[in-house]
Amino acid sequence: MRDILKPALLVGPLLLFLAAAYVVPFLGVLSWSFTLPEPGLHNYANALTDELILSVFLRTFRICLFVTVFAVIAAYAIALVWVRGTPAQRLAAEVCILIPFWISVLTRAFGWVALLSNRGLINTWLTQLGVISEPLTLVRNEFGVILGMTHFLVPFAVFPIASAMRSLDERVLLAARGMGASRARTFWQVFLPMTAPGVLGAAIIVFVFSLGFFITPAILGGGRSVMAAELIYLRIFQSPNWGLGAAISVLMMVVVGLLLGLLMRYARPKSMLS
Amino acid sequence: MQIAKQAAELTAQGIGRTYGDFHALDDISLTIGRGEFLTLLGPSGSGKTTFLMILAGFDRPTSGTLFKDGADVTRLPAEKRAFGMVFQGYALFPHMSVEKNIAFPLQIQGQSGTQIQSRVDDMIDRVGLRGHEKKRPADLSGGQQQRVALARALVFGPSVLLLDEPFSALDKNLRGSMQDEVRRLHQETGTTFVFVTHDQSEALALSTRVAIFNQGKLQQVASPRDIYERPANRFVAEFLGDINILPLAGAAMNGNGAVARCGEQQIRIASAAGAPTAHLAIRPEHMALSTERPAAGNVLPVTIEAVTYLGPMTRFAARVDAGPSLVLETPTHATTPNLVPGSHAWVSWKEEQGYFL
Repeated sequence: MRDILKPALLVGPLLLFLAAAYVVPFLGVLSWSFTLPEPGLHNYANALTDELILSVFLRTFRICLFVTVFAVIAAYAIALVWVRGTPAQRLAAEVCILIPFWISVLTRAFGWVALLSNRGLINTWLTQLGVISEPLTLVRNEFGVILGMTHFLVPFAVFPIASAMRSLDERVLLAARGMGASRARTFWQVFLPMTAPGVLGAAIIVFVFSLGFFITPAILGGGRSVMAAELIYLRIFQSPNWGLGAAISVLMMVVVGLLLGLLMRYARPKSMLS
Repeated sequence: MQIAKQAAELTAQGIGRTYGDFHALDDISLTIGRGEFLTLLGPSGSGKTTFLMILAGFDRPTSGTLFKDGADVTRLPAEKRAFGMVFQGYALFPHMSVEKNIAFPLQIQGQSGTQIQSRVDDMIDRVGLRGHEKKRPADLSGGQQQRVALARALVFGPSVLLLDEPFSALDKNLRGSMQDEVRRLHQETGTTFVFVTHDQSEALALSTRVAIFNQGKLQQVASPRDIYERPANRFVAEFLGDINILPLAGAAMNGNGAVARCGEQQIRIASAAGAPTAHLAIRPEHMALSTERPAAGNVLPVTIEAVTYLGPMTRFAARVDAGPSLVLETPTHATTPNLVPGSHAWVSWKEEQGYFL
């Protein structure tokens, strides 16, 4: 009995903190969604029929999907260099992975604006070089949002992929090569499938994280590519409709929960989390 | 049936491998004959695995040349050598079924689907994995994984099969049956087998020849019987089983044999290969123990120090009076019960069973 109680005592405070910080506020939001401005399901009915809200949902999923694909591909390449490169390459990769963590999300978003805006570095150079006559629209649209979010999320995707690569038994690769497999074949048929759980883990992290993005799309989308988090913000702070904002929040939570449930079920979480 | 297209002959000539100042392998010269079962045996860090990796092409020697059937293959990468290899821990592809694992090398060679299917089927029967074809490696026992690794390494008829401590993860009983299996596969395929182990009984049981490594140097290459009964040096003698080493004085040739003194006693050695040296080596099972002084053979007076019952054998620790301590093993049924610690007795052995070392 004591053996069961001891860990419970040690973990208890954390559970209490999580309950106070997440569960209680979430229950508050849940109750708003059913009670404001008056009790009923009208907020959900609104959220699921309003064309504007549905288009924001659609855009959010589209952007998050692109971001996930691009970020995971970039992260795979970086992790490959980080885990299997020469010592100098490893150091370079490590610096590239760690430095973004020291720069705030705001600074990075404005950095992209400075690069991508109509009078930004890229358009100025291209105009001066005579490549283009009119500035390209690189920001204040979905392209800018996807670029900025991908850039932000790549380092987070590197860790699960790198950990999958590290835990791979080197001898399995030797075995493939010893049987005459080329490097390319060893990569596609052995290395990539064996690191797939890490890729899946990274994709989940990036996708779920990107669904809730607020600052980057707000700055790089310039109000034109509104995503779900910004919509919730607008509903709560600009057009005070707390009930609708809360309903949208709950819907997002449900979607994330469903996605995670599906992936955990079909992607063997044991190998993914190790 | 012979699966191997042709068994290869490998010749190492002055192979060396250094890591900075450390000599992992030093001037190894050795020929591995066609269809031979050669075991590389040595303590850990002796260089046996490094040598195997050089044979496989996963490591390059820093000096020396490796020939396969007379052609220089020193710089040939592993994927071009196409030797079969069984790794320590098996190195199976965890994301592929048993069947797909075994088919992998055939697919690399670009064989047709029907051909692959029939060879994989044949191999699955050969290693007794029928009924497990669709399972993943993680769902198999250690012995079954071992069989998959063997099947995958042999299915494409390699001219050489390299095995890196394949049984180290198996328990003792399973080890025995896998040894039989490997021996049978060697006979069936006729391929050249090179086997690395640190288990001496495994080496003696399986091999046509054993190569003993120590500190990066090749100590001796010979048949199991010669390695055990006529070790080339003290390291080999002491590495394989127990051995008693007696200091000698005044050794001199005497016809075909030699005579010497050990303490007060005159010792005869039947065949003195090479020059007489200062030490005589005798295996414990070649020595007999008795309470009365035997009339024939070499004898030494001893005091019993310890008696250990081992079932079929009984093990004695005995000290030659004012001399070295000895280990003896005698059949339990032939052991007199009054040989207890502290009692005086005589050890004896035949002239032909001791040799200079």
